[in-house]
Amino acid sequence: MGQAATVGDAATPRERVSSAPSSDMAISVRGLTKRFGTFTAVDAIDFDVRRGEVFGFLGPNGAGKTTAIRMLTGTIAPTAGSALVLGDDVIAKPEKVKRRIGYMSQKFALFEDMTVDENLRFYAGVYDVSGAEFAARRRYILRMADLEGREDELTANLSVGWKQRLALGAATIHEPELLFLDEPTSGVDPVARRHFWDLLYDLADDGVTLFVTTHYMDEANHCHRLGFMYAGRLIAQGSPTEVRAAYAPDGATAGTLPSIEDVFVHLVTAHRDRQEDGA
Amino acid sequence: MTLRANMVAAIETAGLWRSFGSVEAVRGVDLSVGAGEVFGLLGPDGAGKSTLIRMLATVLAPDAGSARVFGESVTRAAHRVIPRIGYMSQRFSMYPDLTVAENLDFFGTLRGVGASDRAARSSALLESMGMSAFASRQAQFLSGGMKQKLMLAATLMHEPDLLLLDEPTTGVDPVSRREFWRIIADLHTRGKTVLVATPYMDEAERCTRVAFMDEGAIRETGTPEQVKARVPGTLFEIATSDPRRALMELGGLPGIASAHLQGELVRVLAQLDGPDAAALEAALQGSNLAGSSVRTAVIDMEAAFAFLAETGTREHGHRTPPTPEANPEGERR
Ligand SMILES: Nc1ncnc2c1ncn2[C@@H]1O[C@H](COP(=O)(O)OP(=O)(O)OP(=O)(O)O)[C@@H](O)[C@H]1O
Ligand SMILES: [Mg+2]
Repeated sequence: MGQAATVGDAATPRERVSSAPSSDMAISVRGLTKRFGTFTAVDAIDFDVRRGEVFGFLGPNGAGKTTAIRMLTGTIAPTAGSALVLGDDVIAKPEKVKRRIGYMSQKFALFEDMTVDENLRFYAGVYDVSGAEFAARRRYILRMADLEGREDELTANLSVGWKQRLALGAATIHEPELLFLDEPTSGVDPVARRHFWDLLYDLADDGVTLFVTTHYMDEANHCHRLGFMYAGRLIAQGSPTEVRAAYAPDGATAGTLPSIEDVFVHLVTAHRDRQEDGA
Repeated sequence: MTLRANMVAAIETAGLWRSFGSVEAVRGVDLSVGAGEVFGLLGPDGAGKSTLIRMLATVLAPDAGSARVFGESVTRAAHRVIPRIGYMSQRFSMYPDLTVAENLDFFGTLRGVGASDRAARSSALLESMGMSAFASRQAQFLSGGMKQKLMLAATLMHEPDLLLLDEPTTGVDPVSRREFWRIIADLHTRGKTVLVATPYMDEAERCTRVAFMDEGAIRETGTPEQVKARVPGTLFEIATSDPRRALMELGGLPGIASAHLQGELVRVLAQLDGPDAAALEAALQGSNLAGSSVRTAVIDMEAAFAFLAETGTREHGHRTPPTPEANPEGERR
C-alpha cells in the first residue's frame, strides 16, 4: 500500500483545520497535549467535529484516546493546548461543559445495588432534571432501553445488553447535544452490539453529536468521520471511504478498497516500523 | 471411561448445573473438548459462558453434574487440575501498584516458572504484545486495553496444558488481537488445549470447533464450517445509497429471518422459502432505492451467530435439574 497522504497524514497539512478554533463546531481542538511526568500521552492534536456528526476515534491500545476524552469532558486538565466543546472553553469552564455533554464508558457507571429506577433518579438529580421533564425522560428511556416493567429490578441482575442500554439512558437523561462514548460496546455480543448502534443512530437522527471509540472495525464504518490516534498523535482523519481510498493500492476501484481494519493494521505497522527505524 | 489413556479428553462435562438464587446460569451442559483443540465458546451475553468456565477452572462448585479436566474431577481432584490449567477471568486482577514486569514476574513465580525462564518469557510476551516500552509502568496507569494485554501475558507466563480464557481480547486493538491469535496458534501446534469465550466472530472462525451457548445450555457444537452449513436459507449482501432505509424496507418483508447493517452493506438472511435476489431487487426498486445491487454471500460466523441468537431457545422447553440419584458421579458441593 502506498503511503498516501491526502487524509491528514501527520507530515502533511490537514484539510478543514483552520488556525483558529471555531465555535460552530461541536468540538474544536488545537494543540491539545497531556503529559504524565515525562510521558506524553496526548501530543499536540488538532481536530474539529461538526455538530450532528458521528465521529469515530480509533487507535491501538495506549494511543491516548481515553486521555483525550477525559480532557474534552473536563475530567482532567490538559498540559497544553485549547479545546472548545459546544462553543465553551473546557479548560476555563469544565463544570459548564460537563453539564451540557453526556459521557458513557465501557465500565458503565451504574450502581449495581440500586434498581433501574433509582439509577435514573440518581442521574436526573446530578443533571437537575426534575418534575414533568424527568417523568417524560424516564418514560422515553425505559421504552428505548426495553426496560418497561423492570423499573424495580436490581441493576446487578440485568444482563450486559440491558445494563448497556440503561447506561446510555443515564448518560442522556439531560438530553445532551454531545455524547462521548468510550468503547461502549466492548465485550458485548454481536447482536446486542447491532441493537446498540440502532439506538446510537436514533440519537444521531435527533441531531446529537456522537464521539465514539471502538476496537470493532465494522463499527468504524458506521461513523461519518474517523480520526486515527497513534502514540498520542492524530495520524489520519477523514470519512471511512476517504480513509480507505487514501491507503488503497494504485488502481484500486470502489469495489476493491481495503477495509478499515486493513487501514488500521497498515497505519499501526507503518508507524511502528518508522519509529523503530528512527530510534 | 472407555477412552484410552492417551486419548483422555481435555474437558468432559456431563449434566453440569449451577444456579445463583433463582437464576439458572448453567443448565445441564454436556461438553467434550479433545486435547489439542482450540475450542470457541460463543453465545449472547448472559448465556452462562463465564459460569461454565469458572466451574472448569475449579473456582466455582457445580450444583449438580460432573466436570473432568484431563480425566480429573474439578471438585474432588482440584489439586491435580489446577497445575495443568491457566485461567483468565473477565476482571482485572493484577497488582495496581506493581509494575508490568513485576506483575509478570510475580505470577510466573506463583506458577512455578524458574527465574531465568520468567525473565525470558516476560520480555518475549511484552514484545509480541507491543508493551515492551511500558515494562516499568505501574499497572494502575495502563490504558484499558493494555491492562487486558497484561492479564493475558500473566496467564501465558506458565505454559499450561489447558488455557481457559474468558473474553481475553475485550478492548484489545485489532493489531494486538492478531498477535494474540498468533500466540494461540503457536500453543496449538505444540499440542496445548485452549477454551476461549469470545464475542468476536473473526476469532470464532479460527477455532477448531465452537459451541453456541444460550440460556445456560449448549445448542450447537461443531467446526465453524459445520455450524455455518447448518444455517438454513440464503444470505444476500446489498450495496445501496441509503443502507438504513434499505434495511427498514427489507427487514419487514415476509420470509426474511434476519436483516442488519454490516459496514456499509445491508445483509439479509432469507428463509428457504423466502425471497430471492430478484425479489429483493424489485422490493428495493419499489421503495425508490433503484441502483441497489444484490448479491448472494457466503454465510459466515457473524451470520450464523445472528441466526442462532435470533431464533432463540424457547422451543427447547423447560429443563429440570437432575436429581442426585440420576447423577452417578454424585458431584455436589
Ligand atoms: N494517570 C496516568 N499516569 C501515567 N500514565 C498514564 C495515566 N493515564 C494514562 N496513562 C498512559 O497514557 C497512555 C494513553 O492511555 P489511554 O488510556 O488514553 O489510551 P487509549 O487510547 O484509551 O487505549 P485503550 O484502547 O487501551 O483504551 C497509556 O500509555 C497510558 O498508560
Ligand atoms: Mg481507552
